[in-house]
Amino acid sequence: MPPAVPPGSEPASRRGVPASRPAMEKMSRSGAALGGAALSGRTMFCHLDAPANAISVCRDAAQVVVAGRNIFKIYGIEEEQFVEKLNLRVGRKPSLNFSCADVVWHQMDENLLATAATNGVVVTWNLGKPSRNKQDQLFTEHKRTVNKVCFHPTEVYMLLSGSQDGYMKCFDLRKKDSVSTFSGQSESVRDVQFSIRDYFTFAATFENGNVQLWDIRRPDRYERMFTAHNGPVFCCDWHPEDRGWLATGGRDKMVKVWDMNTTRAKEIYCVQTIASVARVKWRPECKHHIATCSMMVDHNIYVWDVRRPFIPSAMFEEHKDVTTGIVWRHLHDPYFLLSGSKDSTLYQHIFKDASQPIDRANPEGLCYSLYGDLAFAAKESLISSDSNRKPYIGDRRHPIFFKRKLDPTEQFEYISSSSALSVFETDVESGSMDWFVHTAKQYALAGRPLAELCDHNAKVAKGLDRNQVAQTWTMLRIIYSSLGTVSSANLNHSMGKGSAALPLMNSFNLKDIPSGLGSESRLDRSKGESRTENILLDSSSTLINNEDNEETEGSDVPADYLLGDVEADEDDLYMMDHENPHAEEQEYSLPQEAFPLRHEIVDNPSALDHLQDKADSPHVSGNEAETVSLTPVESFSLISISHSLYENRLPSDFFNPIVRDTLLFYAEQGDVQTAVSVLIVLGDRIRKEIDEQTQEHWYTSYIDLLQRFQLWNISNEVIKLSTCRAINCLNQASTTLHINCSNCKRPMSNRGWICDRCRQCASMCAVCHHVVKGLFVWCQGCSHGGHLQHIMKWLETSSHCPAGCGHLCEYT
Amino acid sequence: MMHTLFAESFATLGRLDNVTLVMVFHPQYLESFLKTQHYLLQMDGPLPLHYRHYIGIMAAARHQCSYLVNLHVNDFLHVGGDPKWLNGLENAPQKLQNLGELNKMLAHRPWLITKEHIEQLLKTEENSWSLAELIHAVVLLTHYHSLASFTFGCGISPEIDCEGGHTFRPPSVSNYCICDMTNGYHGVDDIHASPTTTESVCEVEALMEKMKQLQECRDEEEASQEEMATRFEREKRESMFVCSSEDEESAPTRDVSRHFEDTSYGYKDFSRHGMHVPTFRAQDYSWEDHGYSLVNRLYPDVGQLLDEKFHIAYNLTYNTMAMHKDVDTSMLRRAIWNYIHCMFGIRYDDYDYGEINQLLDRSFKVYIKTVVCTPEKTTKRMYDSFWRQFEHSEKGQTTLSPLPLLTTPSAPQVHVNLLLVEARMQAELLYALRAITRYMT
Repeated sequence: MPPAVPPGSEPASRRGVPASRPAMEKMSRSGAALGGAALSGRTMFCHLDAPANAISVCRDAAQVVVAGRNIFKIYGIEEEQFVEKLNLRVGRKPSLNFSCADVVWHQMDENLLATAATNGVVVTWNLGKPSRNKQDQLFTEHKRTVNKVCFHPTEVYMLLSGSQDGYMKCFDLRKKDSVSTFSGQSESVRDVQFSIRDYFTFAATFENGNVQLWDIRRPDRYERMFTAHNGPVFCCDWHPEDRGWLATGGRDKMVKVWDMNTTRAKEIYCVQTIASVARVKWRPECKHHIATCSMMVDHNIYVWDVRRPFIPSAMFEEHKDVTTGIVWRHLHDPYFLLSGSKDSTLYQHIFKDASQPIDRANPEGLCYSLYGDLAFAAKESLISSDSNRKPYIGDRRHPIFFKRKLDPTEQFEYISSSSALSVFETDVESGSMDWFVHTAKQYALAGRPLAELCDHNAKVAKGLDRNQVAQTWTMLRIIYSSLGTVSSANLNHSMGKGSAALPLMNSFNLKDIPSGLGSESRLDRSKGESRTENILLDSSSTLINNEDNEETEGSDVPADYLLGDVEADEDDLYMMDHENPHAEEQEYSLPQEAFPLRHEIVDNPSALDHLQDKADSPHVSGNEAETVSLTPVESFSLISISHSLYENRLPSDFFNPIVRDTLLFYAEQGDVQTAVSVLIVLGDRIRKEIDEQTQEHWYTSYIDLLQRFQLWNISNEVIKLSTCRAINCLNQASTTLHINCSNCKRPMSNRGWICDRCRQCASMCAVCHHVVKGLFVWCQGCSHGGHLQHIMKWLETSSHCPAGCGHLCEYT
Repeated sequence: MMHTLFAESFATLGRLDNVTLVMVFHPQYLESFLKTQHYLLQMDGPLPLHYRHYIGIMAAARHQCSYLVNLHVNDFLHVGGDPKWLNGLENAPQKLQNLGELNKMLAHRPWLITKEHIEQLLKTEENSWSLAELIHAVVLLTHYHSLASFTFGCGISPEIDCEGGHTFRPPSVSNYCICDMTNGYHGVDDIHASPTTTESVCEVEALMEKMKQLQECRDEEEASQEEMATRFEREKRESMFVCSSEDEESAPTRDVSRHFEDTSYGYKDFSRHGMHVPTFRAQDYSWEDHGYSLVNRLYPDVGQLLDEKFHIAYNLTYNTMAMHKDVDTSMLRRAIWNYIHCMFGIRYDDYDYGEINQLLDRSFKVYIKTVVCTPEKTTKRMYDSFWRQFEHSEKGQTTLSPLPLLTTPSAPQVHVNLLLVEARMQAELLYALRAITRYMT
């Protein structure tokens, strides 16, 4: 990306102060701090020959040194460009000593540089040397890569290094060897920093997450140690003004600011970034600002206000590979940032060219509630002009951004201060979503021939006075089951052979009665009697929904669930045989009903498949005779197909575009329910007409709605029936339920019924004292519980906990 | 500790497999290993369960490791995989077939993986992979490649209930040791009550002496940088000559060969065929700094688990060497680790590759090289020949088992193998992840 062209061309007026946020008093102050030589320049960059690993600036802010594996150069920073001043990588075959992991320029002596080489050597360079090779001293004491070197801020000859081998060494540049060695006793040292104010103190960060504080005079042990991050701490930086503040950045993607003044290091700010933090640098003259760049994936440089950790206050997006080194150009100038990157560029960033994510942030929020209410939050300034607005429940105001008193020493005001929330309520009548719930519950989506499904759904829609939708279903039936009716009759024939077909049909007919409540209560009577009496309303209704579902939709899910329940708890059954004959009887009545149902349903999909095959094959082959040879099925169906073909003379997908438009229309209208239901019922007939993404979108919207109405079973049903891969796998994620042991209260890792720590079977049934391996219900008050049936049975007769703990349990 | 681990492993896998039985010599590692494997195969992840096992099969089959293949064929079927897929990769979905190429390269020549390969897999089309899925697959592939190395390196025999559990002899070191162990835990007993020959004592002492010398002279004599560079190159070059003399093609067993095409594609040393591959600088892309972040970003928690596992394997030591206590074995461990990475072309700037030559003798190198690069060619002879040296070196509880023929893997043997396995896995991962990173930037 080419650097932004500087607006205007009068360099004197720029002085690096962003025009958009002027702070006049600040300008003069920083000018004074720079000793009159205010910085100027523009956003600019230059190509390096190789990726940079680190950069450092000279004290006078006029030169920058770039070091990397294959580069070691000094650039002069001029008004319009970088100018290469010196190449320190000399010699025919540069040795590994030139392969720098870190570089630092002395802030006292502008001729003095130090580098950390990847092979473990610490090298100092003296630019004052007359020869081409400026290499001064070589310290080969570290056994592993040196990660960091650091000069003492006020002492000319003192150099500190931290290495992968776990040692930190302090060198006196007048001597040939290190003066003292500090052993961190933990892992590799990633960063060392002299405290700016405390003469003797330095901080070191480690690969295992620790931060240590050392006194330079005491190499035997650290002064203080604390764990700052989970995983390596890559960097740290002392606050230039506030003596107690240390910022650390780690692989755990956090930037933390520690207050070291107290006896225990206290975390005062924490910024969560999106990638592991490679460097942190406090912004000069801005107490709360800190610049960060990341080690991987994310190439941007962020400047954060630590008090506002969710959105960076500025962002530089120029680099195309990870940024490896950042440095503020001058100790007292907050507007110029230099950065080197793996993409082999060196940039000077100017603050006024930074992108400010907050400008792009949307300070307005809008949300629909379940019942059609609309909440709208926006900046107060936008809303207050509207005088008609009625305050919402005693004028409740929800600030999105906290309003802060402006700090006069801060240059930048906060953009947004507070916001107001308005809620628009729809009247109860029109906003009623009952029809949605009823429809969702009663629609049949699968498990029966198409014609029946359509008929059923049409009836449901009609029952709710939604005539258009009902009409649509009827039409769909006509369009698609001119083939289907015949085939379904055919289906019935084939099913008629099985003895169980009749009960199946019966059960469907029974549930076709579209009165939601009526059918529920009937269901209650027929099977749930003992349950519903003891179970509070809430769960009983879901329980019944469940059964309701199972019946109306005729799918095998709930049957599975019942079956699974019974199968999983074999000992349950076994015990019930003896202790609970009554319950057993009742329980058996359910599976018995479920069994034949299940068997039939195993048949049904395949029958449907056949149906589809037949429906498809004519128009694929376009030749009746071929169809015969291709699909050797019962002569029955073949005849019927050919009949319908002759009758219609229309390929079965003739109406597909119209149906597609219908669905799009409904979805557009907001009735995604109809669209999805039709989509599921028609299945492959229509699926290819609508692109995957739209389908996925519909599904997610519908599922979202269903879940808002807590129609969990139906939403799961829809997920199961959907043909979109993305939707299908929705209910396969996060299927784990984490539980704690009832004895030791620790999380149980592997199995649900035995605790690793206290070696006890955690989930014992309080009634029968056996281990519960299937469905376990327990009281949230006393955490006793047991087999579902046992507990239900128990609570019929007693309201106290079966374990005898005296708790009045409520099983909801 | 051991029992808890066994119980845990049994509960999660439904069996106590031989790998677990061997690894339990190092319970700390085993715990981490099982946790990782459990997470990869059973916990939330981007890939469906049967895909995971199938990828495991693909990876193990690359090394003709019938043990792992059989194990995962069972699991694959158990989680509802389509038995048809087992007839060969061409019967699997196109998506998995696309992974075949990556599998092949990862197993044998990971340095050839480029971002184009990654692009190929990720480009949007019907059978494309998502980044998260790809990371999952890559971790699984590397896991099973290295596990195959372990299986052959320790001579693990088929599960008793698997096909060939009794009769089938894999082309690996020994398939009797485990039965022995499970029957009577000879291995454990042996460790404590084993005789040591005077000869071996000398060897241990010699090695320790060498380590001490290296430690000392490192401070004095400083090899020039060019020297260091050439040492690495030499070691790299040499590593390709370190080749098992028995290079005969062992015919892949019928069962396994179905899962991979192109049997001829094997480990190739890079400089041999005129291919010049630039050396991979460990400092530029390391697991700790880069690999971890990438993996953890795309497949949460796995980075952490792998990190832990690498860490434990690398730092595992009991500070003993034969009967000598309090020995710092880090040098030897580092030599082994770096030697393996060197074979894959990964160079550490801060390591003097001359050390490798001094610490690892030729037969050991042959062993390492074979186990890491062509595990299926590991033979008992190779195993024994290095072992004569080695069992006396690291912590050398000499294990002369009562029956002369039965080689029971001892703790240090397993230890070495763990190092090999983890180093290999990391090397493969580094190449794959670097390619992915390049693709992403």
